[in-house]
Amino acid sequence: MQKPIYLPVVAGLALCATSAWAETPVLQVLTYDSFVSDWGPGPAIETAFEAECACDLQFVGNGDGAALLARLQLEGPRTEFDVVLGLDTNLTAAARETGLFAPHGVTAELDLPIAWDDAEFLPFDWGYFAFVGNADAPSASSLRDLADSDLKIVIQDPRSSTPGLGLLLWVKTAYPDEAADLWAALADNIVTVTPGWSEAYGMFLDGEADAVLSYTTSPAYHLIAEEDASKVAWGFDEGHYMQVEVAGKVASTDQPELADQFLAFMVGEGFQSIIPTTNWMYPAVTPADGLPDGFETLMTPTVSLLKSPEEAAAIRAEALEEWRTALSQ
Amino acid sequence: MAHRAITISPRWPGVLAGTLVLVLTLGTLAAVALRAEFATGLGVADWAAIRFTLTQAFLSALISVVLAIPVARALARRRFRGRQALITLLGAPFLLPVIVAIVGLIAVFGRNGILNNGLVWAGLEPVSIYGFHGVILAHVFFNLPLAVRFILQGWLAIPAERFRLAASLNAPIGKILEIPMLRAVVPSTFLVIFLICLTSFAVALTLGGGPKSTTVELAIYQALRFDFDLGRAAMLACIQFGLCAVAAVIAWQVTGTDAMGAGFDRTVARWDMRRPVLDYLVITLAALFLVIPLGMVVLRGLPGLSQLPSSVWAAALRSICVAVGSAMLCCTMAVSLGLWGGRVVAVIGVLPLAASGLVVGTGAFLIVYPFTSPSDVALLVTLLVNATLALPFVLRAIAPAIAAVQADFGPLGASVGLTGWGWLRIVVLPRIRRPLGFGAGLCAALSMGDLGVITLFAGQSEETLPLAMYRLMGAYRMEAAAGAAVVLLGLSLLIFWICDYWGRRC
Repeated sequence: MQKPIYLPVVAGLALCATSAWAETPVLQVLTYDSFVSDWGPGPAIETAFEAECACDLQFVGNGDGAALLARLQLEGPRTEFDVVLGLDTNLTAAARETGLFAPHGVTAELDLPIAWDDAEFLPFDWGYFAFVGNADAPSASSLRDLADSDLKIVIQDPRSSTPGLGLLLWVKTAYPDEAADLWAALADNIVTVTPGWSEAYGMFLDGEADAVLSYTTSPAYHLIAEEDASKVAWGFDEGHYMQVEVAGKVASTDQPELADQFLAFMVGEGFQSIIPTTNWMYPAVTPADGLPDGFETLMTPTVSLLKSPEEAAAIRAEALEEWRTALSQ
Repeated sequence: MAHRAITISPRWPGVLAGTLVLVLTLGTLAAVALRAEFATGLGVADWAAIRFTLTQAFLSALISVVLAIPVARALARRRFRGRQALITLLGAPFLLPVIVAIVGLIAVFGRNGILNNGLVWAGLEPVSIYGFHGVILAHVFFNLPLAVRFILQGWLAIPAERFRLAASLNAPIGKILEIPMLRAVVPSTFLVIFLICLTSFAVALTLGGGPKSTTVELAIYQALRFDFDLGRAAMLACIQFGLCAVAAVIAWQVTGTDAMGAGFDRTVARWDMRRPVLDYLVITLAALFLVIPLGMVVLRGLPGLSQLPSSVWAAALRSICVAVGSAMLCCTMAVSLGLWGGRVVAVIGVLPLAASGLVVGTGAFLIVYPFTSPSDVALLVTLLVNATLALPFVLRAIAPAIAAVQADFGPLGASVGLTGWGWLRIVVLPRIRRPLGFGAGLCAALSMGDLGVITLFAGQSEETLPLAMYRLMGAYRMEAAAGAAVVLLGLSLLIFWICDYWGRRC
């Protein structure tokens, strides 16, 4: 047997490697899957931040926004994550309630269509929910118009997807007392309800529906990455519900200074200029050079709708029950 | 199950395997329940979900089995060029990740699918796939191949001597050979499919058209992901186990046993071969139903192959390693449990089917987390869980074969003092090689396409192929994702074919 001789050598090498790593502080950021993919903002942001922090920034992708919070709650106060990036305002009330987050302490001039004042959660990008359809095809001009039309749409389930929950609150905000009626009228327009955004968007691209619930910024992806101007977001008279994506510092972090440094970096030029063409959302702080070419073609809603985190949490159960009952007929 | 007066093989491997199954099914459920703060009662929506879950699972299983019987019979009776390749290909839908198979089904039956474009072209009304019938259609698409394989094995396992004897006595083959075989095979096949459909989630939701097609598994997903209500998730998972137990007891009640003696251990051609046209018609229809959607997946994906990033190939390699590992573990567990035999093993063999993938993942996470970082053990846990979740299928394939070997050769083996490893190597393994190869292929391919626990555990460097595909979709890269689906389909089929071929090559 020759093999055992190599074992101590390998073990020794492994030890050297670990001790070399240990000298660099590690910042672990929990985020959603598409953020860390090769085309997402993750890789570029990692390079940019590591250039100025003398640290090792590690993104860990885990499902979507809702899955992030569930993951953090599973791990509890013992978690090794220092920052959670990718929750939205529909989840922050529940996130705050866990007591797992600490104040971020960052003051920044944000370019959001709404005022922002939240001690624990700091936005890094935002967008409007919208139905995305084909440019040369019939469209709807409002939620009501859509419900009265014969147009077919694919939506996501509010019980398993963040855009689905966004639409639920969009309808409830635009029609506080008539949400159930509107859903009943929409029922014959809905081809199907998918578990997540990916399935729905794929079905729309395959021609299964006239439009899909997505973002006003989705056409920018097709325009910029694929040079395809055939997708448009439908502008609705009632206004568009917003999604504001935020990050928060985990209270139990062992790298509080580094986490603070990351959150400050997050609303700076180096991070924000990467967002538009990788995450396909509006940056929370518009970069000095403005938005990339193509973004000026996007539909801009005249009315921005958004419930506060506490309101969103309070009406969710009722809105969900209205949705379920109306669509189960 | 065989009654044995003498113990030929030791029990400890079976006990070990059984313990692993119990830890990963009931143990993970307990881990989730222990973390729960309080449990709330069942609401109206939950009862609706339970009703829908039961109805669709029952109909899906019934239709799959009823359709599978003529297909399996036709395949058992006919020999033609490409028969074996066809049988392998027919198994593909079952091996695919749900999300890929749904894409294929929609490409055929969807609003913009081949069928509706054909109907419109012919001046007819288009039909909609979305609704209750869509859920059933998809479940039959997934599970018909499994039912065909299990029932086909039942047919092939009838020794040639019995057919010869029946023919020489001019006795009705259907009544004395085929119906008893079906009584032994059909209930357990029905049960397996019923349980698979019981824990369905993405199919039911995507093709069901809306919240009226809510399954218990979706309610568990909501409780775990959106509400973080572990108590509710644990309670719903208990309900799933309860439904499984009831179904299992009913299935065992109606299962017949084989009362005939042993044959010479081989299968030969038969001579009750009338009505070939009908057989070939059945085979052709089944092939069209199962193969066209797969063809659409390939057609849609080919342009995307050139856009695949290198990370997809690394993920594919990781998936292959996990698949091979879990297939080896799963077969070891299945053989150990099969040698043990008896009702305990039968229970352990269906438990994983009733387990909610999400609860297993969450529970495993809670068990692992105090000791190590979940991403460090992501692939190991995936391997263990995949082996356990595939165990019912593998056990279902090889347990009857082992029982038959023990019944037929057990006394002979005992009389010459052949026990333990020697018994296993010389007598058992060569005789169960065919179902063992099939089982290994099934487990490996299922493991390739699995998108369950890995989503909860994996970081960037533990990404498997299905996860890479899903992440491509999430980043608007639908074409590349379709390409990855083709790679996944190809690899799953290849790995299944290699194992299955190994089993048949004797």
